[in-house]
Amino acid sequence: MGVIIAKSVNEACAVLAENPATTVLAGGTDLMVQANRGTQSLESVLDLSRIPELKKWALEGSEIVFGAGISYTDLADPQIAALVPALTQAARTVGSPQIRNAGTLGGNLATASPAGDTIPVLVAMDAVLQLKSSTENREVAIADFITGVKTNALQAGEIIQSITMPVFQGPQEFLKVGTRNAMVISVVSLALVTDYSGRKLRVGVGSVSPVPFRATEAEEFISKEFDWETNSSLSEKVINKFSELVADATKPIDDHRGTAEYRKHAVGVLAKRALERVCAGERL
Amino acid sequence: MTSEVYTLTVNGNDYQVVDGHSSESLLWVLRERLELSGSKNACEEGECGSCTVLLDGEIVCSCLVLAASAVGREITTIEGLGSEDEISDVQKAFVDAGAVQCGFCTPGLLVAIDQLLNSNPDPDDLTVREAISGNLCRCTGYGRILEAVRIASNNRTAQNEEEKSK
Ligand SMILES: Cc1cc2nc3c(=O)[nH]c(=O)nc-3n(C[C@H](O)[C@H](O)[C@H](O)COP(=O)(O)OP(=O)(O)OC[C@H]3O[C@@H](n4cnc5c(N)ncnc54)[C@H](O)[C@@H]3O)c2cc1C
Ligand code: FES
Ligand code: FES
Repeated sequence: MGVIIAKSVNEACAVLAENPATTVLAGGTDLMVQANRGTQSLESVLDLSRIPELKKWALEGSEIVFGAGISYTDLADPQIAALVPALTQAARTVGSPQIRNAGTLGGNLATASPAGDTIPVLVAMDAVLQLKSSTENREVAIADFITGVKTNALQAGEIIQSITMPVFQGPQEFLKVGTRNAMVISVVSLALVTDYSGRKLRVGVGSVSPVPFRATEAEEFISKEFDWETNSSLSEKVINKFSELVADATKPIDDHRGTAEYRKHAVGVLAKRALERVCAGERL
Repeated sequence: MTSEVYTLTVNGNDYQVVDGHSSESLLWVLRERLELSGSKNACEEGECGSCTVLLDGEIVCSCLVLAASAVGREITTIEGLGSEDEISDVQKAFVDAGAVQCGFCTPGLLVAIDQLLNSNPDPDDLTVREAISGNLCRCTGYGRILEAVRIASNNRTAQNEEEKSK
């Protein structure tokens, strides 16, 4: 059937309902690498990249909603950066300008790589995905959406329509370690999100386990220690304990990008650095 | 296998692609079917930027664009810079700065830098480095490439000033 360029979400879902084996294409930055290697056949393709509603974002009450087709370049919008700074920081570290122009948030989630850079941020914020098929709309929490290394909860005929997350008051940090500054897959990544009104520090980590996850024990510890009135600096002992708790929660592996031991060490360093920056961050 | 007939708009001209296979990248189609071999193929995985083209005005790696999905989009390749008789200002700056050695990275860099200067004629050093961070050059060490951007940027700024004062 070749390539169908959908103009609307409804049209896309109808095409998928008719032919569930069709491959969904967004920015192509994961899919085309596979196609060029010959490991992904693209006999029948549904292109979502020209559906205007998938590229939009909106503030809805205390939540922000992103169309799944929003690109990394568009996520760097200063307005978005003011609302979900860690997501913009993560988007800015992805690939190169070429990759950021094409690659999308929805593609990053569907690929579900342990190293997907937006995932620790969405995990820290408990983002929810809106999935749609021709017959059903459903919501899935990010923690349930990513089911393993490069596997997700999408069912045949379903696409990710949008991603919703709360807008938290307070500073945020996204940090990643790689071999250089540009064009680098994370060896370790970490998002730290402050929630002033819930008096909670939220920590998401990536590349240190099959699925990015929240370091809940570390969160509980630091949320009690954090000075919610002033953000003032914490003692070295507290910072080190937090860093240790984050590192202890991880289950990294050895691979060509780094050893498990290095990853455990590095994630602790990121935890410490992110916390220090959050403490130094201005109160809004 | 699906054979397809579709039309791509490259540098303002319409090209019919006949008998294309559905998984072909835009880079492949440009080079092998449309005889536009200015865009280079080095990695086919988005890492090197030597295949950089503009898709509706934005730089992308043409090796990661599914050719048949680019129907109706405006594609600009290195062949679209300058004209038959005259090279573009950025191309000239590359020559003047000696920014070309083997030349394999050059077309992609030219497309990226031309786009940068179109949106920001006077970028600072960090902006330039960021803008070309997706283009690898294994020969020059980048010094002369940055110098070429400076030359092109100075020339464009001077030209803009001149036009304003007219
Ligand atoms: C050179 C290079 C550098 C990179 N650097 C990084 C990096 O630093 N950090 C990082 O996290 N990633 C990186 N990536 C990976 C990639 O860019 C991202 O994962 C990107 O977000 C993928 O999005 P896409 O729109 O290009 O997806 P596509 O390649 O179009 O699709 C990827 C997968 O998602 C599915 N899909 C896409 N959209 C939807 C949807 N709306 N609903 C259902 N399924 C969908 C597709 O069917 C496919 O299975 C890099 C890739 C390259 C080539
Ligand atoms: S050939 Fe496309 S980025 Fe290298
Ligand atoms: S001049 Fe040889 S790669 Fe740049």
